[in-house]
Amino acid sequence: MALLAAARRHLCTLRRFWSSSLAAQMEYRINLLIELLAVLGSLAGSVFTLSLFYGHGQQLGGWSWESALVVLGLHTLMDGVASTLLRPNLGELVKQVQNGSLDFVLLKPIDSQVWVSLRTWSPWGLPEIALGVILALLGTIRSGARPHPTALLLALVMVASGVLILYSLWFMLAATSIWFVKVWNATEVLRSLLGVGRYPVAAYPPGLRLLFTTLLPIAFLTTVPAEALLGRAEPLWMLASVLVASLALAASRLLWQQALRHYTSASS
Amino acid sequence: MRPPARAGAPSTDPAAQQLRRPPALVRRCRAAWRITRALLGSQYALMLEYRAEIVLWALSGLMPLLMYSLWSGAPAGAAAGLSPQQFARYFLAALVVRQFTVVWVVYAFEEDNLLGRLSPLLLQPLPLIWRYVAAHLAEQLTRLPFVAGMALVFVALVPAALPPADPLRLLLALLAMHLGFWISFLIQYAITMLCFWNERASALERLLTIPILFLSGLLAPLDVFPAAVRNLALHTPFPAILYLPAQLASGGPIAAGAVFANGLFWLALLVPLNMLLWKAGIRRYAAMGA
Repeated sequence: MALLAAARRHLCTLRRFWSSSLAAQMEYRINLLIELLAVLGSLAGSVFTLSLFYGHGQQLGGWSWESALVVLGLHTLMDGVASTLLRPNLGELVKQVQNGSLDFVLLKPIDSQVWVSLRTWSPWGLPEIALGVILALLGTIRSGARPHPTALLLALVMVASGVLILYSLWFMLAATSIWFVKVWNATEVLRSLLGVGRYPVAAYPPGLRLLFTTLLPIAFLTTVPAEALLGRAEPLWMLASVLVASLALAASRLLWQQALRHYTSASS
Repeated sequence: MRPPARAGAPSTDPAAQQLRRPPALVRRCRAAWRITRALLGSQYALMLEYRAEIVLWALSGLMPLLMYSLWSGAPAGAAAGLSPQQFARYFLAALVVRQFTVVWVVYAFEEDNLLGRLSPLLLQPLPLIWRYVAAHLAEQLTRLPFVAGMALVFVALVPAALPPADPLRLLLALLAMHLGFWISFLIQYAITMLCFWNERASALERLLTIPILFLSGLLAPLDVFPAAVRNLALHTPFPAILYLPAQLASGGPIAAGAVFANGLFWLALLVPLNMLLWKAGIRRYAAMGA
């Protein structure tokens, strides 16, 4: 009962947070235009670059053109999630550590990890999410896969664990700012590494494939959900995805608790 | 009648004093050299503080290594007539060139503008642009060891990536790379000047990164592009930032003369454009908060 009440309180607070940040963001409406242009431009560029691998009937890592588009769509979706939630919030966390205003967050009667991860959101990432979903579905249909409801449901679960893995990686990197103070660039490095997920993992040489499924589990962000959507994911991989997501989330929680124990506020 | 000046005696004759002082050109050169040294030295010291950050930036430049691993295994590469060795050489060169043509002046300028640091800088008897150029060059100097390390890792993983040993061509490639830096810098500086009209010009920079990413040859050498797109790309300034110097360094079929002619053409366009924008913009400048 107490747990339920806490969850309700958190949700209610979040709704307030998000509506206020939406109001604040609406001041910069010209950003929407720029953001739309940027998203369309970079998606067109990504599709073009991908098409270079498919001239003259070649394939990339055994993936057909249409199924590779599904991977690209899911990458766009993940990038959209990062611009909507991760970049605004976790970028703020780094700043709060630098100027000491994290103190005020820690004093609030709300779970501090929830606060620093979900305090605000940016509507400008939504077009990217929508385009990503459209591209992924289009690729699925064009590749001839007839996704039945279970495949769609599984794909949804896979996308959810992909988002959780992405969040945990990003959060852990941002949380290290408590020790190193300046890690803004570290998250930018992570972003450029996520670019790996534009292409199916099978296209990389074996050594990198191993890296992208274990230490840097990027395969679970795009390739595994794409396989689920196309109805050809192996149960073992899907199980691994859920497992990695829970492990990553637990690790992020542990790291945050450790970090807070080391937190000494700014200038002390 | 003027008595001849005795050697060694302090002369009061203004003409003789003029003679002893170095000519105006030499004096100006010396002053320029002193300013250059002071600017580069102080900016280098400043950049050394951010070593850790620069390492991370450099790390994010490992993209060409990943693109190499994709292209070397892709049948499309072979179909375009490029051998894995050519890809290896190209992407190693791309990795290095990319590191020395990265430009961030718009962010520095925007911050200086928003925080009101711009006004004192504008009062100095030194055109503002040189301060930012010096900061970029100093940062490139701090990058040098990390880039060397990354290039060594690349070569250790892919020995075929070593460029053909042709010192003259490599020297020309270095020059072309520096020319590429100037083109990239001036393109972004033109956008930076828009800060005078709109405080958030860096949002426009986000649009600019897209053609740089896809047309400069970072993700694939322009040789694998369809002919029409390649032609279109070669008519933009973006290949000069990465593709052309990288081709020169990796021994691709390209004439050094054409690379420099192309680069100078874009400079001839960008320099007047920047001067115009600066002149128009500075008139609109009102210090933050005023």
